[in-house]
Amino acid sequence: MPEEEKILKAICEKFGLTPEQATIKRARRISATIDLNQLRLALELLAKELGFDALATITGLDSGDNFEIIYHLTQKGSIVFNLKVFVPKSLGKIKTIIDLYPPAELYEREILDLLGLAIEGLPPGRRYPLPDNWPADQHPLLKNWEMDENMKGGNICG
Amino acid sequence: MANPFEPGDVNVPFGPQHPALKEPESFLISLRGERITGVNIKLGYNHRGIEKACEGQSYINDMYLIERICGICSHSHSTAFIQAVEEIAGLDIPKRAKYIRTLVAELERMHSHLLWLGVAGHEVGFDTLLMYTWRDREVVMDVLAKLTGNRVNYGINTIGGVRRDINKEQIEETLKAIDILEERTKYYIKIATEEPTLIQRLSKVGVLSHEDATRLGAVGPTARASLVDRDVRRDDPYAAYDEVEFKVITSDLDDVYGRTIVRVLELMEAYKIARQILRNIPDGPISIRAPRRIPAGEAISRYEAPRGEDVHYVKGNGTENPERVKVRAPTLANLQSVSKMLEDRYLADLPIVIAAIDPCFSCTDRMVLLNDTEKETTQAINWDQLRSYSIDWYKERGIDFGKGL
Repeated sequence: MPEEEKILKAICEKFGLTPEQATIKRARRISATIDLNQLRLALELLAKELGFDALATITGLDSGDNFEIIYHLTQKGSIVFNLKVFVPKSLGKIKTIIDLYPPAELYEREILDLLGLAIEGLPPGRRYPLPDNWPADQHPLLKNWEMDENMKGGNICG
Repeated sequence: MANPFEPGDVNVPFGPQHPALKEPESFLISLRGERITGVNIKLGYNHRGIEKACEGQSYINDMYLIERICGICSHSHSTAFIQAVEEIAGLDIPKRAKYIRTLVAELERMHSHLLWLGVAGHEVGFDTLLMYTWRDREVVMDVLAKLTGNRVNYGINTIGGVRRDINKEQIEETLKAIDILEERTKYYIKIATEEPTLIQRLSKVGVLSHEDATRLGAVGPTARASLVDRDVRRDDPYAAYDEVEFKVITSDLDDVYGRTIVRVLELMEAYKIARQILRNIPDGPISIRAPRRIPAGEAISRYEAPRGEDVHYVKGNGTENPERVKVRAPTLANLQSVSKMLEDRYLADLPIVIAAIDPCFSCTDRMVLLNDTEKETTQAINWDQLRSYSIDWYKERGIDFGKGL
């Protein structure tokens, strides 16, 4: 796995990551956790210097006090780099990456709708994937979210 | 002074219910005369809450739910999900199971591409092509039904392998069916490369440059027709794809015609892969025992579905239920490219341009709140009985298919 090791070395040296923070999980799979204020630099390094030319998707998770956001980047369709950041719920926002990866827009709208994490810099547009009349404070992928009795049976307006 | 008769932009809603769309999705089109000046896409009409539902039930139940994300590429989703689960659990599945998964995957690609060819023909008023390809598609649907028991939602996968083995007789039958399909596909290649009306209708329509395809993250045949040489089967091999030889089909035509050529030639590659699988399938078990509790961990799995790269992320927390399941279907990745393809094009090209990415909005929206219906007593009937029942049902109503079926 020479290519994977080269990428891992580059990212570890630049951001001083420990083996616990950045690992090669198996052939063609690299995972790293990075500090929120280094996220932009890390994405720029991966996109512009290490050849990660496509964004497969962005996953958002609710892990208690934090949101976990994972950027799944691919290099020439082969190696996948999973770059994870923790965003404290008290902060509640993250910057958009659509200037680096235009396909990020729909994935970021999904995070905004389903988890309620605000995305700074997202251009105005129609929401995805929830309906236009879905209540703005209801985010179904939050672990403590429960469906309102009035919403059952498809009646989202209550 | 501006011409008072110069028409301004007119907004025309296209969908969510529209004859040219096979599923509900809304495209708000801004028009200046016949030309499209802007497209505003609204997704989510098929949102069924599947990702959330997955968190509340076991991995094995999730597999069946995920298989129902989409009726056309059901095996794509179930395999992509199960591969992630198996990676977390550290399961190395038997080789024979990998071969069977690959076989079903390629059969699924055959029926999906034949279906697409028919739909594309229909969208440009070439309904004979629809009738021909959908008739031929029945050949592969029958093979799938015989191998798995179902025409769609095959239920072949299970954590640790596959649920049904394949016998010598089935291998022979499938090989014969592939011979028939190959002959038919050669005819379609002839049509696609020689029929002037089809070539003229599809050429220079829905143009997507190589740069735009790369920048907007297009996947699958849509990307490959813009010379983006990507295919997960070759670049990030899974199942038995590292043991078969095939060519990744690309085209530099950048238009709907290029996407047609890529798909018909991919059919030929699918036959080649399926033949290698059927001839070289190793003996041995088809599954290994998998634990009910999957350890804590996370994995990302990729799969080349007929429409392009399908991405599944799974996080386990050491219980029987996953902590999080995330699905990125290929259509979602191709939607930005659709907006680009439609810019400054004629309204009449819109149905075929949208159809040319082979959109699957159920996949894109994923997520169902199912109402339990009362279980009724059912009688189990086999495939041949079901088939003759269906033929008789039509006969009673005066429709006789003759010996064609």
